[in-house]
Amino acid sequence: MCLAIPMTITKIEGNKAVAESMGVEKTIDVSLTPEVKLDDKVIIHAGFVIEILDPETAKEIEQTWDEYIKTMENEQ
Amino acid sequence: MPDTILPGHGSGGKLMNDLIHDTIRETLGNESIQLDDSAVLQLPGRQIAFTTDSYTITPIEFPGGNIGSLAVNGTVNDLAVMGAEPLYLSCSIILEEGLPLDELKRVLQSMRAAADYAGVSIVTGDTKVVPRGKGDKIYINTAGIGVFTSPPQRHDIIPGDAIIINGYIGDHGTAVMAERNKLSFSRGLLSDCAPLNMLIQQVIQSYPSSIRFMRDATRGGVASVLNEITKDRPFGAKLIENSLPVHDEVRGVSELLGIDPLYIANEGKVVIITDGKDAPGIVEEMKKIPEGKDAAIIGEITDNYTGSAYITTRVGGNRMLPLLIEEQLPRIC
Amino acid sequence: MTNEHVLAHDAEKLKQYQIDSDICIMEVCGTHTTEYFRTGVKDIFPPRLRLVDGPGCPVCVTPNHYLDHAIALAGQKDCIIATFGDMVKVPSSYSSLARESAGGARVEVVYSPVDALDIARQNPHSEVVFLSVGFETTAPTEAVTVQQAREQNLKNFSLLPGNKLTVPAVKALLDAEEVNIDGFILPGHVSAIIGTNAWKFLGSEYNKPAVVTGFDDHDLLKGTLLLLTLISENKPHVLNEYTRVVRDGGNQHAMDMIYSVFDADDSEWRGIGVIPGSGLLLKDEYADFDATKKFTVDIPEPKEHPGCRCGELLRGLILPTECPLFGKGCNPEHPIGPCMVSTEGPCAAYYKYGR
Repeated sequence: MCLAIPMTITKIEGNKAVAESMGVEKTIDVSLTPEVKLDDKVIIHAGFVIEILDPETAKEIEQTWDEYIKTMENEQ
Repeated sequence: MPDTILPGHGSGGKLMNDLIHDTIRETLGNESIQLDDSAVLQLPGRQIAFTTDSYTITPIEFPGGNIGSLAVNGTVNDLAVMGAEPLYLSCSIILEEGLPLDELKRVLQSMRAAADYAGVSIVTGDTKVVPRGKGDKIYINTAGIGVFTSPPQRHDIIPGDAIIINGYIGDHGTAVMAERNKLSFSRGLLSDCAPLNMLIQQVIQSYPSSIRFMRDATRGGVASVLNEITKDRPFGAKLIENSLPVHDEVRGVSELLGIDPLYIANEGKVVIITDGKDAPGIVEEMKKIPEGKDAAIIGEITDNYTGSAYITTRVGGNRMLPLLIEEQLPRIC
Repeated sequence: MTNEHVLAHDAEKLKQYQIDSDICIMEVCGTHTTEYFRTGVKDIFPPRLRLVDGPGCPVCVTPNHYLDHAIALAGQKDCIIATFGDMVKVPSSYSSLARESAGGARVEVVYSPVDALDIARQNPHSEVVFLSVGFETTAPTEAVTVQQAREQNLKNFSLLPGNKLTVPAVKALLDAEEVNIDGFILPGHVSAIIGTNAWKFLGSEYNKPAVVTGFDDHDLLKGTLLLLTLISENKPHVLNEYTRVVRDGGNQHAMDMIYSVFDADDSEWRGIGVIPGSGLLLKDEYADFDATKKFTVDIPEPKEHPGCRCGELLRGLILPTECPLFGKGCNPEHPIGPCMVSTEGPCAAYYKYGR
């Protein structure tokens, strides 16, 4: 289960916040990620932020995987 | 005059007469509405197209329209996709006791505006009132009559034909769903509710012998139209995911609620199947009309997956687009 | 390279991937089941690669008696059932929420569990029961909802606890040794909560490679390629493809939230049976929000269709198309088992998209 989509935080008020993605705005709950800040990219499931995205680290690791697949490919 | 609908507004008495004369007829058009039991109409030519459709929607007002504009455009479009030029509409309204009169007036005003824009006249009608709780504010039925000035030439669909749409898909259903699911749009998203008769006449007159099939993609969306075309036929309908015009907002709501834009209702979109080689020219003609400015070729009729509709995705795989059994529900899985 | 070129490149790589012997991989998440189809990635699998479906559709693994219980509650006077849309059409032993709703029961579809609190506030004279289903991703949202109900002193709100945990289920599958799985595509959003580390046992204890994978077309391509690489290299590592969302340690705050409201307990999975420590029950201190304790209702003896093979399917033993009922007697219009009715049920996905 677990449809969840990335959105950006545009407003925070207590444990409620407004998140935006592709022009769609939705009021959501941030109780599960108390450290969330304005402009954070987050992932939303069932009206809650379940995690804050970390695109920078992600990019580095993804590159490592790409290399990994490539090396294997060359050996094949 | 009271400012909400009362049971007496359906009674046949003065209250009802006032509603008909001061509100409904006044707004929809004194000059066109005939008060007899039927309207008597002058019809040019012999062959006519005749259709009827009932409209219920929650909420009755949505971004880009309301049940009134919907009731006019929906019936106009049912005539237009047959190749007919819509002329006359009827308007039968069922009101729920307690409906604020202002809401009714707004609905009537959009009916009038939509009729004027599409070039049709509302010529006859009826009003009934049901007790509070027995209706959903307002139901409208419109019937419509259209004539054929240049009768469409019917040709069989064959592999190689192109699938054309006149613009962005899923806007209407998304705008309505957003209202129901407490979603809003930072840049706005409007229902695509619009008449298709001018657009379709433009296509028919510029390419009279190239059109194989036209259908407005309302409930069930584009995928349902393609299922209708291909059912039990010796060809398949292929869409190309990368060529589908879909607004970001529609993608966003679809992802959020777990639904598919290809199955979302439109109220101003027509799927046209045409001769493949004329398709680019037809798209150019469509772009000359406001309702066709974002027209695009979105797929083709093929020899593959005969009897079915399918889509080639961004990664180059195919997936089927079967007929849905029920309305899509928002989901979390 | 633009994103589209990378996508096309990886798609080509998967298409051309050389496999010397049959490989069987399992996805544990129902959303993966449908996304593999929806994105077309499954359509470009190389020959000899088989994808089986795991127990990752919460609607599919919810036992009949849970739905029977919900329907019994729906039959009470002044009771509103609030539920995710996913549960509405699922057949119970004798009915479904959709059918009960048509018969006059009040069933409200919500997008978020906290929306059920709004319904409770707006209907002070009714009891609102929220059907709390879902895996580790959803459980924390439901835990927060119960806490908010307590803070707001909402007396007419309760949960029918039906949450399940994926890790014990995957362990149980492997321990049963019924099916030979070469590697796992692990659920991205469950892992966002529990963390990649929670899956390390797959490599260390069971010698199985696995990749935590996201849900868009590119995630699926990369996750599958990574897993195939690990399998061919014979490296039982647990990697994370979905790094933009999933951390090694998961979301500790959300985990704490789950266990401040729920306790893990043995739980029955449809078609699989009771799995130790695989379900979540409300703690005693939240008993006043527990619909099983708050209301006494008669629940009929549960009944399964004798020919339905959803159980074997959810254990990865068969594909939907290998069930004799598939498409004959069991279809989305007249579903016999839950795997045909849930949007992310494997049978529904095969019926809808497969060819």
